[in-house]
Amino acid sequence: MKAYKVYAIKDGTVIDHIPSTKALKVIDILGLENEGILTIGVGFSSEKMGKKDIIKIENKYLKKEETDKISLIAPNATINIIKDGRLKEKRKIEQPKEYFNIVRCLNPNCITSIGDIDTKFYTVSISPLILRCHYCERIVESGEIEIL
Amino acid sequence: MDFAGKSIISIREMDKNSLLKIIETSNRVKNGEYKNFLTGKVLATLFFEPSTRTRLSFESAMRYMGGGVIGFSGTEYTSIKKGETLQDTIMTVSGYCNVIVMRHPVEGTARLASEIAIVPVINAGDGANQHPTQTFLDLFTLSELFANLSDVRVGFLGDLKYGRTVHSLAYALSLYQSPLWFIAPDLLRMPEYLTQEIKENGSRVHEVDDLERLEEHIDVLYVTRIQKERFGDMQEYERIAGCYRVTKKVVDMLGKDIKIMHPLPRVDEIAQEVDELENALYFRQAHNGIPVRQAVLGLVLGRLD
Repeated sequence: MKAYKVYAIKDGTVIDHIPSTKALKVIDILGLENEGILTIGVGFSSEKMGKKDIIKIENKYLKKEETDKISLIAPNATINIIKDGRLKEKRKIEQPKEYFNIVRCLNPNCITSIGDIDTKFYTVSISPLILRCHYCERIVESGEIEIL
Repeated sequence: MDFAGKSIISIREMDKNSLLKIIETSNRVKNGEYKNFLTGKVLATLFFEPSTRTRLSFESAMRYMGGGVIGFSGTEYTSIKKGETLQDTIMTVSGYCNVIVMRHPVEGTARLASEIAIVPVINAGDGANQHPTQTFLDLFTLSELFANLSDVRVGFLGDLKYGRTVHSLAYALSLYQSPLWFIAPDLLRMPEYLTQEIKENGSRVHEVDDLERLEEHIDVLYVTRIQKERFGDMQEYERIAGCYRVTKKVVDMLGKDIKIMHPLPRVDEIAQEVDELENALYFRQAHNGIPVRQAVLGLVLGRLD
């Protein structure tokens, strides 16, 4: 019998190919802390990535607009939707048009840096990735993007 | 764009037709086609930092057309001094008026206010970010002299890195694909992302570091102040500021039809001797603040369309 390091789920969502050690950040961004049973694998061997993390979320089917939120920390993650023990849908991550409370505004004089205001960014360009702050309208480019 | 009930926060939300509507409405207001169209309306001016032209011209614009004005300039005698949040101030004031005009030193504050207020908010400057009615009056002033904004050749001189009026006007002109010249020392060049965006909108862009290197004729020179505080070395500041000073001699060099614009206040970047020349447009710009702001108030309050 094959020994699984992370056991299979019957229904739910599997997020695979997360960069190693980023699994907890993915859970944080997706707000899954209190969403039932989660199985988290950290530092698994991966042919593509060297090391990777994996998350299995039981009895919850994450929608595309939800999983696209992790594009900044896990751009190459794969999403597997499992129903009744079978793979029903497999998809990649795409850059969303907007990011809510995920990215920090680097402008110290932005209202989101000074007040207790959630950040919001719009995607200006995907390659190279350029985002614009909804409030102060400053640009952040791929090399300088900071996750909250 | 239907302006009734809408906030005016950023020039980025404007398309060419919206700008055209503001220019045309301003023109009709200036020609005296409407009387007392703001009667019964109240404007609140919330100026969290000082202003001369913007606050006074908004208040004057409202009163000339029969409207009332409430507000404050500086927070010394307000509940903000007691620690009231911006959100609470905006929510409270928006129950006392029909429209809010707001200036605040922190960028993004006007956007936040527009998301809280139950009346339209007009951004009168949020830090170094946006000041859309300044751009409207710049465009309106240009439209009075040039029939087609797509053909007008505008050079921007001075601090192009930090100047919000330059950023907004250059962006607005790029919607018309006007050819633009950016004339600035290396230290104060137009930000690359903005130059890129302006080019993508269809404007031809030329960058030079000195007015004497202009190889083509321009119609308008838009001058901005080079601020001392941007320089660590005062000798370097004096040298650069001296090179970017507009005098009668510079006006002669640029040709008899050149128009000189400036958002004001100026310090010494345009010599006073230029004021008497027909080329000087900056006081006309400032005075156009009245019909343009009347048009904007009339449009967002649904009294003009």
